[in-house]
Amino acid sequence: MKRQPLLIGSIVLVSVLVLAAVAAPWIAPYDPMAQSILRRFRPPSAEHWLGTDQFGRDTFSRMLYGARASLTVSVAAVGTALLVGGTLGLLAAFYRGWCDRISMRLMDVLFAFPVMLLAIGVVAILGPTSSSAAVAIAVVYTPIFARLIRAPALVIASSDFVMGARAIGASNARILVHHMLPNLASVILVQTSLLLSAAILVEASLAFLGLGTQPPAPSLGLMLSEGRNVLSFSPWIAVFSGLGIVLLAFGFNLMGDALRDRLDPRLAGHG
Amino acid sequence: MILRVAGQRLGDLALVMLGMSFLVFAMIRLVPGDAVAIMLGANTEVTPERMAALRAELGLDQPMLVQYGVWLSNVLTGDLGRSLWTGRPVAAEIAGHVWPTVQLTVVALVLGAGLAVPLGCLMATWRGRWADGLLRIVTVLGLTIPSFWFGILMILTLSILAPEVQALGYVPFSEDPLGNLARLALPALALALPILANLARLVRSAMLDALAQDYIRTARAKGLSERAVVYRHALANALIPFVTSVGIMTGYLLGGAIVVEQVFAIPGLGRLVLGAISERNYPLLQATILVITASFVLINFAVDLLYAAIDPRIRA
Repeated sequence: MKRQPLLIGSIVLVSVLVLAAVAAPWIAPYDPMAQSILRRFRPPSAEHWLGTDQFGRDTFSRMLYGARASLTVSVAAVGTALLVGGTLGLLAAFYRGWCDRISMRLMDVLFAFPVMLLAIGVVAILGPTSSSAAVAIAVVYTPIFARLIRAPALVIASSDFVMGARAIGASNARILVHHMLPNLASVILVQTSLLLSAAILVEASLAFLGLGTQPPAPSLGLMLSEGRNVLSFSPWIAVFSGLGIVLLAFGFNLMGDALRDRLDPRLAGHG
Repeated sequence: MILRVAGQRLGDLALVMLGMSFLVFAMIRLVPGDAVAIMLGANTEVTPERMAALRAELGLDQPMLVQYGVWLSNVLTGDLGRSLWTGRPVAAEIAGHVWPTVQLTVVALVLGAGLAVPLGCLMATWRGRWADGLLRIVTVLGLTIPSFWFGILMILTLSILAPEVQALGYVPFSEDPLGNLARLALPALALALPILANLARLVRSAMLDALAQDYIRTARAKGLSERAVVYRHALANALIPFVTSVGIMTGYLLGGAIVVEQVFAIPGLGRLVLGAISERNYPLLQATILVITASFVLINFAVDLLYAAIDPRIRA
């Protein structure tokens, strides 16, 4: 088997980032909310690795908690979208007919909106909180999952082994769960990783616009927006919080990309 | 044949527009709690009289479908309603904010798509394990660096290198054409980066595909120059998927512009949308979302037709 440094590298990167975010309460050197007037706007030092912000809060600790918040919202949103959209796409491909036509028309309508605008619209309805941001991202990615799953599911549904399973009397549920799902696993894995990367960016954008996590809770997008206001004299807040967003989104995107090469040999070699 | 396809596409277009407009219309009714009280509460004292008046003004006291019919026919005749607090026509508010956004989007699209073609061709000539891996890391970075962070980094760099240059804000083209373009350069670059990465990568893999085809071997065998082979024969075919992607990218650009406008303090539709959200001005918000989305749908419709025009296989 060919060695795959990109796949291994991206899995290591994602694991380190996810572990750091999950373990934030144990590894963060400071309380992310603790304010100190005496320690405002400290540049990076041995004491505060990535400096402090306008309230004297430790940037590194806030980034760890921010990454945790970002991942929680993105994973919940993409998970919901996968469950709803994926199920719709699978059932539409399997049953065809009116079920397929109606659900795909509905998805077309959601597809009509630019992603960011739809997310902003949903948050405008529900009010700006991190859970609204999660719902917004789930709404945006549901039609995407439905389409992504439906196309390969259509091919599998008409393949010989599904016909064979039907011929020996397998029930619809059995065919869906035991024959179709395992064959869609690689598509699901790749797309989930890629869409997690995109969801992290949408979550950060919403928080940056003031439409996601609200202060004083730590969030990477919110830190970036706060850092923007003090850019001229303490640029480290904006620089590091943005770097955190990039690392998270980059890790998941590269992992999805490398997984696609590994799992779908037809696409290998096309960077 | 072509007429039938065009008719079918028009039918799809009408359905999507109808569904999309209904969702936008229904927004205000999906607000949890009493939207009227929330709207008033964000701006003034809530009294039963004011609530009844606003409810009547917005038609919320009528059956939903009746109200949708009235709203849709108004929209189709160009009446987008009135902004809640200023009383100005929403169409005028949008017209006052649309140009910075259109300019930003178009410049970013031209920049991203324009640079992607030569860059993708260049990338297609670098092959092999190391080049593939490196190009992949660079393009994935381009895709995942958020435009707002990239924009902030550029502002920061500029403020260190040339503190006297004003990077923020917007000057209308009619007042100061050079200043207008100069101020647009950084925001457009920030907005264009992901589409540049995405399209350059797409051009590269389409070129590699095209160059492996039999007709390229034929072209080489009949003695055409390498340049003619690459640019006239391979690129012509590689551009077909490129055109579709450009249509989809406009959706990203229109959404991304909202964020980039915020970074660079550009008074475009993004500012209108965010302002409408913070003051709970739902009629203004609905109309702005409707206009942006309808433009996106129409652009994709045009791209679809263009796609059919350049690729005869689609028409069948």
